[in-house]
Amino acid sequence: MVPVNYYLALSAVLFGIGALGVLIRRNVIVIFMSIELMLNAVNLAFVAFARQWHAMDGQVIVFFVMTVAAAEAAVGLAIIIAVFRNRETVNADELTLLRW
Amino acid sequence: MSLALFLGFAVLLVLSALGVVVQRNPVRSALSLVATLFLLAVTFLFLDAHLVALLQIIVYAGAIMVLFLFVIMLLNLQAEPREAGRWGLKLFGTLAASLFALELIELARTKGAAPGGGMAGAVAEGFGTTEALGERLFTHFLLPFEITSVLLLVAIVGAVVLAKRKVT
Repeated sequence: MVPVNYYLALSAVLFGIGALGVLIRRNVIVIFMSIELMLNAVNLAFVAFARQWHAMDGQVIVFFVMTVAAAEAAVGLAIIIAVFRNRETVNADELTLLRW
Repeated sequence: MSLALFLGFAVLLVLSALGVVVQRNPVRSALSLVATLFLLAVTFLFLDAHLVALLQIIVYAGAIMVLFLFVIMLLNLQAEPREAGRWGLKLFGTLAASLFALELIELARTKGAAPGGGMAGAVAEGFGTTEALGERLFTHFLLPFEITSVLLLVAIVGAVVLAKRKVT
């Protein structure tokens, strides 16, 4: 029997690794994949709590998180394609349109 | 025995997640993320989340990551060159993320008491099956379900409009 704290700690470590990827990588697609990693870490926490509390609500929320992640991935990748078409780069340092 | 199994999968998960973040070739990062998603699906099976584990493989690894790989191949992204002079930023980012993760682990360690059924208690017969998830989804979570369908429609239209080549 694995205590729920272990699953939460694993979720925290995965979330930290995803946050690390968002902070130090310059390729926007790898940044995007790190965001997906963070979402999956949260899914693990939800499923662990659903198992602890013997309630299905945690898994239903994971269902919604997956759906939202799919929609976000589709729109985000479309944005990346559109930006690449104009700027020829996926380096976050060179995409400075919104900077003042 | 199950603790050793969990620890083995946890180590593999951390290694593949680090593989996503560290590798300079975006295709290898995407494949590391696919491995992470598969390992997470197995972890979900440990937690009696059968439908969610299958959805993870079908939707996340089978659709979203395929979309990622399509875009990486479409844009023909190459491996990033090894760049010097950014070690300060990487060090700061590593320290910040480690501190954040340690805080969350500490929070989980002290606050993760075991009320409710607890992890040791056996779950009900149909826990984690499609019927159980569907029963909650279509009764208590009906409104978010309908709103999610509108969200998907908006996402489809938005993705098509954004990625379309403009006719000049």
